Amino acid sequence: MTTSQKAPPAPALTRPAGRGRPAPGRGPRPEHTLWPWLFVAPLVAGIAVFYLWPIVQTAGYSFTETGPFGGSTFAGVDNYVALFQDPELYLSLGNTLLYTVIVLLGIPIAVGLASLLNLPGLRFAAVYRVLFFLPYVAMPTAVAMVWRVIFNGDFGILNRALAVVGIEGPYWISTPGAATVAVAVVGLWSSLGFSMIVLAAGLKSIPPELYEAAELDGATRWRQFRAITVPLLTPSIFFVLIITVIASFQVFDLLYAILGSSNPVLPRSMSLVYFFYREGFVANDKGYAAAIAMVIFLLIGLLTALQFRLQRRWVHSD
Amino acid sequence: MTDRVIQRRRGSHVVAHLVLGLGSLVMAFPFVWQLVMSLSTNAEVQSVTPVFWPSELHWENYAQVFDRMPFLQQLGNSVLVTVLRTLAQILFCTLAGYAFARMRFRGRGLLLGLVLSILMVPSQVYLLSQYQIIQSLGLLDSVGGLVLPGLFSAFGTFLMRTAFLSMPNELEEAARLDGANPFQIFWKIMLPLARPTVAVLAITTVLWSWNELLWPLVVTTYSERMPLSAGLATLIGDRTTDYPVVMAASLLAMAPVLVMFVLLQRRVIDGLASSGLK
Repeated sequence: MTTSQKAPPAPALTRPAGRGRPAPGRGPRPEHTLWPWLFVAPLVAGIAVFYLWPIVQTAGYSFTETGPFGGSTFAGVDNYVALFQDPELYLSLGNTLLYTVIVLLGIPIAVGLASLLNLPGLRFAAVYRVLFFLPYVAMPTAVAMVWRVIFNGDFGILNRALAVVGIEGPYWISTPGAATVAVAVVGLWSSLGFSMIVLAAGLKSIPPELYEAAELDGATRWRQFRAITVPLLTPSIFFVLIITVIASFQVFDLLYAILGSSNPVLPRSMSLVYFFYREGFVANDKGYAAAIAMVIFLLIGLLTALQFRLQRRWVHSD
Repeated sequence: MTDRVIQRRRGSHVVAHLVLGLGSLVMAFPFVWQLVMSLSTNAEVQSVTPVFWPSELHWENYAQVFDRMPFLQQLGNSVLVTVLRTLAQILFCTLAGYAFARMRFRGRGLLLGLVLSILMVPSQVYLLSQYQIIQSLGLLDSVGGLVLPGLFSAFGTFLMRTAFLSMPNELEEAARLDGANPFQIFWKIMLPLARPTVAVLAITTVLWSWNELLWPLVVTTYSERMPLSAGLATLIGDRTTDYPVVMAASLLAMAPVLVMFVLLQRRVIDGLASSGLK
């Protein structure tokens, strides 16, 4: 407690003052200076050991080569050079992008569903909310089991239904391409409810006077939807878009559980994170896997930055 | 409101019920189909002519789950891991969130920035090293290994800090004048006020912990050491899949979380939607 007689520490004075009211919390009274440290110590120690240090370490590993017995030697940018020449990187990136694009199709659907759900006085709205949200909270590996059977090429109900309308469905989970589509359909199904609820909350914040005024001006419902609902909902749509892209780029659970780890089509249908998992934990090539992880990090960062850049063009703000 | 407007509203409700009702059916169908299959025979599941309802209900498939996989051990692991993580996150994140929001100390901004920076990093980036730490501690295939990194959460700290930031100063002032120490102020006054956000934190942690696959897959090898998520994912590797039993096992594995969801639906939906993360 040697610092206990000093004046309030400087960081307190440099806090941004834009909050519009005094920052909460008073300066530490001399006898209390250890308290904040006691409060944050367990969490900060845990975060430092299990998250911050591992991030630094992974960045380091990506510049090392892992020997056959797990030893590491410095290898410069060799891993990155090898990775960018590895067709499997582009394959898994392509599959991840296809997956992401299909899951993103859920957002316009969710906009429509949310605006129906928000109609004033709609009965059973709570029931619809629960049913649409159910897939989002269900264990991915457990729902994957039923989707495996639904998509089964021989006796799956999907192909039987398609046969009724004269379409011969592929062997979904054993055909490259079709397998990615199948997993993405499940991804769309499981995230739709989340997007719908977030967008419905966004709709609630649109002032009803705007619709009343439009109604008086004789605007049709479709016109109101286009001219009021969509523009004023763009901030919520942007939020859902960011969350969906970040989550989709890390797809692993559904892919692993629907296709099955021993599926021969998996090497052709893998996502970036599966590629990372295989190199790091099946092939035990730590250095290479670390480089893949850093590339995933970079790609997600770039995509997110790009979206924030583009949002100025289409996200409404006032 | 004119009659015409009311009529237009009613008219649009028919369309809304049609669309939302059909949508709900599609959303719920996989669960219903899973239930039907869990009560069928394997031949019925794989029959070429569709069997929409089994000739008789084979409840014994549920009993078989316990013979085919170490279900009870895996259930025990899932429960233990989830309870430990949830309690630890509530304790550590509320303490740290409170201090970051309402106490001033040297280095607060730097520490907070470091903690929150984790939120921008995808989990693959720390997974390899986390695995090595658990390995070097000799905790592979143990509950300790399963829970350890998940005891701490940057997201939870962010969530709790936000909650504590929005609270008024007056109660704290009064308690301080009454001679309460900072821990008493936190524990007796501020934490009870933050209860709704603690509930959100608990719900997100339970869902994430119960459902996650990658970490358990990495730190466990023996099926009796796995939680249910990894246990199910590795169950399907074998060639002779007994579909009804797999469906029964999946439904049993999901059941605790689904029951929690249906009981607390409003809380869960609003909490997850506002927190924006699983």
